[in-house]
Amino acid sequence: MSEKWEDYKGHVPLVAPNNKRRIDVIIIGSGLAGASAAASLGELGYNVKCFTFHDSPRRAHSIAAQGGINAAKNYRNDGDSVYRLFYDTIKGGDYRAREANVHRLAEVSAHIIDQCVAQGVPFAREYGGLLDNRSFGGTQVSRTFYARGQTGQQLLIGAYQALSRQVKLGTVKMYNRHEMLDVVLVDGQCRGIIARNLLTGELERHSAHAVVLCTGGYGNVFYLSTNAMLSNTTAAWRAHRRGAFFGNPCFTQIHPTCIPVSGEYQSKLTLMSESLRNDGRCWVPKNPADRLKDPREIAEADRDYYLERRYPAFGNLVPRDIASRAAKVACDEGLGVGKSGLAVYLDFADAIKRKGRATVEAAYGNLFEMYEKITGENPYEMPMRIYPAVHYTMGGLWVDYELMTTIPGLYACGEANFSDHGANRLGASALMQGLADGYFVLPYTIGAYLSREIRTGEIPTNTPEFDAAEKEVRERIARLRGIGGKQSAESFHRRLGKIMWDKCGMARNAKGLEQAIKEIRDLRAEFWRDVFVPGSDAEYNPELEKAWRVADFMELGELMCQDALHRNESCGGHFREEYQTEDGEAKRDDVNYMYVAAWEWKGEGEQAALHKEPLEYEEVKVTQRSYK
Amino acid sequence: MRLTLKIWRQGGQYKGEYVTYQLPDVNPDMSFLEMLDVLNEQLISQREDPVAFEHDCREGICGTCSLVINGRPHGPMKGTTTCQVHMRHYHDGDTIVIEPFRAQAFPVVKDLVVDRSAFDRIIQAGGYVSVNTGQAQDANAIPIEKETASRAFDAAACIGCGACVAACPNASAMLFTSAKISHLALLPQGQVERQKRVLAMVAQMDKEGFGKCSNVTACEAECPKEISVENIARMNREYLAAVFASEKEMA
Ligand SMILES: Cc1cc2nc3c(=O)[nH]c(=O)nc-3n(C[C@H](O)[C@H](O)[C@H](O)COP(=O)(O)OP(=O)(O)OC[C@H]3O[C@@H](n4cnc5c(N)ncnc54)[C@H](O)[C@@H]3O)c2cc1C
Ligand code: SF4
Ligand code: FES
Repeated sequence: MSEKWEDYKGHVPLVAPNNKRRIDVIIIGSGLAGASAAASLGELGYNVKCFTFHDSPRRAHSIAAQGGINAAKNYRNDGDSVYRLFYDTIKGGDYRAREANVHRLAEVSAHIIDQCVAQGVPFAREYGGLLDNRSFGGTQVSRTFYARGQTGQQLLIGAYQALSRQVKLGTVKMYNRHEMLDVVLVDGQCRGIIARNLLTGELERHSAHAVVLCTGGYGNVFYLSTNAMLSNTTAAWRAHRRGAFFGNPCFTQIHPTCIPVSGEYQSKLTLMSESLRNDGRCWVPKNPADRLKDPREIAEADRDYYLERRYPAFGNLVPRDIASRAAKVACDEGLGVGKSGLAVYLDFADAIKRKGRATVEAAYGNLFEMYEKITGENPYEMPMRIYPAVHYTMGGLWVDYELMTTIPGLYACGEANFSDHGANRLGASALMQGLADGYFVLPYTIGAYLSREIRTGEIPTNTPEFDAAEKEVRERIARLRGIGGKQSAESFHRRLGKIMWDKCGMARNAKGLEQAIKEIRDLRAEFWRDVFVPGSDAEYNPELEKAWRVADFMELGELMCQDALHRNESCGGHFREEYQTEDGEAKRDDVNYMYVAAWEWKGEGEQAALHKEPLEYEEVKVTQRSYK
Repeated sequence: MRLTLKIWRQGGQYKGEYVTYQLPDVNPDMSFLEMLDVLNEQLISQREDPVAFEHDCREGICGTCSLVINGRPHGPMKGTTTCQVHMRHYHDGDTIVIEPFRAQAFPVVKDLVVDRSAFDRIIQAGGYVSVNTGQAQDANAIPIEKETASRAFDAAACIGCGACVAACPNASAMLFTSAKISHLALLPQGQVERQKRVLAMVAQMDKEGFGKCSNVTACEAECPKEISVENIARMNREYLAAVFASEKEMA
């Protein structure tokens, strides 16, 4: 295992520099995965086209990541190593990730930090001028590198600058405000895309020898999530409909520390970084009567620091799935605080007493400020109120070791693929994975495929395959606009989100999931009968974009419920109420479910077909996950 | 609370004019953009064209949202983006005027949406360190003084929103450009290309049609990330040094 990647790199076929110029690669997305991949492939000399629906590559959702990025540097001398990062990730994922991919991720992690520092990413430093680290959940070492509370921003700006340099050098051409609406297959291989110019509404055909989807996650299927408003599943879903298998769609991460919902009009939820759990203590009142009392007046003895009590070894730093569920349990028991009863306290009083306000401010100042702006309360004085919210999707397009989907020539990187995090992702590991894929993995593995393409020559777009794909896109847009119903796409999205959150969220059961599937089907039928899309298709029209995306979300939502229903076990973020231990922990079934569920599209209204990729663990011993 | 909105509409049926809307029931806990969502839902239910505005993260980091609210880019609060403004700062009966970020170099796309791609081209001109993937040395090989790293960070915190341009009577992009120049000039990694970078980025900035700086400093006052005008002073010094050096080379 530990030699697999070295060995692979030593033997993978290469494409000679003079041939690279004749090879076109399309990258969809300019987040951490897309920008790093586009820049790196451009540097290698490929002819790259990079698409984003944003007005600039720098706006991708990656920009919002706060807490940090993991790497096995062992700069702390606290016992970290490639193996330990690998082990923590496999265990954190509740033994539902592929060993070989995760090992590779841990191996390249250290290079990411080197690369980013060389680009000028201003990571936090100590007084001696060397890089600082902090701890994140699910680990007992300090391996998280960070840039104040804006790590994603600084990493993305680094990748964006590398990308901008390639744009200047002419190796990468950017297509901002272009949305990919389909992939085009020729003889079973992915040969290009259909994109809509979002300013003019024009449909465009672009061909390439390989296409890479770096289009992010699908957490917005829940409507309310910490994802940016425009994050969506369209690219991945369209690829799925063309034959790419979808891996573990039900594996969703619910982040424990988000600002609670305040009203019906709510459009998104805001994350309070996991790093806060380094110093913040989670608690609820022991007595339901204290729910609405000023928390500062609740005596120490009347508080339940439930994470410290239930998980003494990791305390407030248990992994996310566990912390989220514990908060839910407390609220279900009627101990949730605030008007809605759907919140717990995250308290910094002890940290402020112990370390001083200035130290706490230096570490979390911008997060505290963000909290105050939204809630109008000052967390230096009043404990924060937090509640879990949808944050990340471990599921995604199924990819092999080379990051290729089941469609030859179509790759998926970053949050868009399913690969590295199993049933639960550890904090600070998504940034690591996105950049690992884009900087250090794809540039090697794509060569294996492209080395067979050097004689293909430029791929024409005036072929029946492109004609047919473009026609389908055009017809779907016409259909959406033609309905002329009464309800906005937004209102359908909101309703879909509620079904998903109630029945396919933090806790799931067979009955609820069956009901959800039925409700989603009905909602979909209603959508295609009664949605109203204003404006024309020949102009800038965000409502049309939204309607298309919501339609795709509704199809994906059903698949997620199917997947959750079929997996008769609890693991990581997937908690089936029927399968729990006596003390309420997730109960895995390794005999029957130690596999990746890869779903194949079988047509509209048809049941998707399940394929199983068995997971074999050679390096780590599979055990019951315990953070006690 | 009850609000009157006067919103700039441009494109489609509108030639470029203010249109007045009434919102009868605004919740003070809503964000400003959620208030516009409510307006758009109302317009859609009346089969009217919703107001186009841009947004994405809604937490003050992506730089997508814009809007000039009652004459001020990103609204009334210091160090705050439009998406972070909440309605509790307004009162029942208020009238709010909403316009796009206006500048020659930011053409209007529709209603409140403008094209800020000029910023991308300024970065493409030289706002980077030329290091290929795989060429980096160990991250701890070059220690950087904490204070220096922190100042570089302050400049790197720019979100590329363009409020500085919208705030400036000359529509100058000096604050944006100087923030990138400073970020890289302060760090050891940025030294090799330091002079080439400032010349190229300033040239591109001028080419895009941004105005000259006349030290009004409205940019700093309206910048949601509180980027300091000291960066402009630093960029001017960097520029002069680079021009001087290149003249010397030619002589
Ligand atoms: C609030 C928040 C905080 C987080 N903090 C952390 C953290 O501290 N540490 C950590 O490791 N992870 C964190 N994460 C997770 C992490 O940020 C994401 O998983 C990661 O950034 C995803 O990167 P990506 O490149 O895969 O996708 P994204 O950054 O989502 O980029 C997707 C790109 O694809 C484009 N795109 C999508 N569909 C199309 C289409 N059809 N056509 C054209 N373009 C398209 C978009 O325009 C965009 O450019 C956080 C997530 C959130 C929500
Ligand atoms: S300098 Fe400030 S106002 Fe100007 S683009 Fe950057 S963040 Fe926005
Ligand atoms: S929407 Fe991202 S900064 Fe306002």
